[in-house]
Amino acid sequence: MNNKSAAEPGHYFALLKPRVMSLVIFTAFVGMMAAVAGGSSLHPGLAAISILAIAVGAGASGALNMWWDADIDAVMARTALRPIPTGFIHKSEAAGFGLLLSGLSVALLGLASNYVAAALLAFTIFFYVVIYSMWLKRSTPQNIVIGGAAGALPPVVAWAAASGTAPLNAWILFAIIFLWTPPHFWALALYREGDYARAGVPMMPNVAGEESTKRQILIYSIVLVLAGLAPFATGLGGPFYLAVSSAFGAGFIMLAWRVFTAPPRSKDAAKSLFAFSIIYLFAVFAALLAEDLWTLYGRS
Amino acid sequence: MAAADDNLSPEAKKSRNRRSIAIALGLGAFILIVYLTTIIRISVNVGGAGS
Repeated sequence: MNNKSAAEPGHYFALLKPRVMSLVIFTAFVGMMAAVAGGSSLHPGLAAISILAIAVGAGASGALNMWWDADIDAVMARTALRPIPTGFIHKSEAAGFGLLLSGLSVALLGLASNYVAAALLAFTIFFYVVIYSMWLKRSTPQNIVIGGAAGALPPVVAWAAASGTAPLNAWILFAIIFLWTPPHFWALALYREGDYARAGVPMMPNVAGEESTKRQILIYSIVLVLAGLAPFATGLGGPFYLAVSSAFGAGFIMLAWRVFTAPPRSKDAAKSLFAFSIIYLFAVFAALLAEDLWTLYGRS
Repeated sequence: MAAADDNLSPEAKKSRNRRSIAIALGLGAFILIVYLTTIIRISVNVGGAGS
């Protein structure tokens, strides 16, 4: 199919994976506000430009991922309508677009904040494209475990943008997203197993089997919920955060248990866990944000 | 150039125009953002130096 001459600006925007970008913007904003609530200062205009640069950097890595994975995107139902498989954008254009935006986003973050944050953003893009997409994704069922580090880095990058450093609390935010990634994607893989197998991607269910995947989902969910309580222990989160994290954590473990005990080939429990995992991550980060905003503006 | 244009359907020409406009807007936005970044950083640094 050749729709290349019919490519619209929207097709290029789709290369940036806007839904992933929105999650990156949110988690980065929470990381930045946590740093500011902790005493760091960053001009609001520079903060907004830094968040924009982080979002564009994430989008650039999405475009490079679509360039590299164009062959497997074409055979998976979830990704077959992306701009490259449908022929609207040529692979080489996506690569050029991704590289250009990568360079611009890292340079812009360096200009707007500092070079620690810019280096972390460059590392995030490198990790997602080279370590995850090019190396791990097609070679090991641990692909999304290790590759999840790329998706977990934005709050650390944003914290560094505000403060010039990446302290323990920033890495706790990293750990929450890092540990959240396996149960989130394995729940998806449980009900999209055929998709990944057809594309030759060694996701956990089609390599280790359904039972092993369900057991690992449960283990990661328990560790995730414990990590989700860590911000309270270090003072990053307060009582409100503890309440939200505990309540949603209990829900997460309950749904992971339902997946674990569900009959073979049953997809409903995995779908519920996948949907709830997104709500969980939003809830714990929103609780932190609410407390930070209260610290900064609510007491005056 | 004219020969290349002749190979394009009217719809493809419209798509190309929209892509060109998007590139122009993107470039303009990038220039504006770098300009704003520079101005804000200068004002922050000058303010910081004076305090």
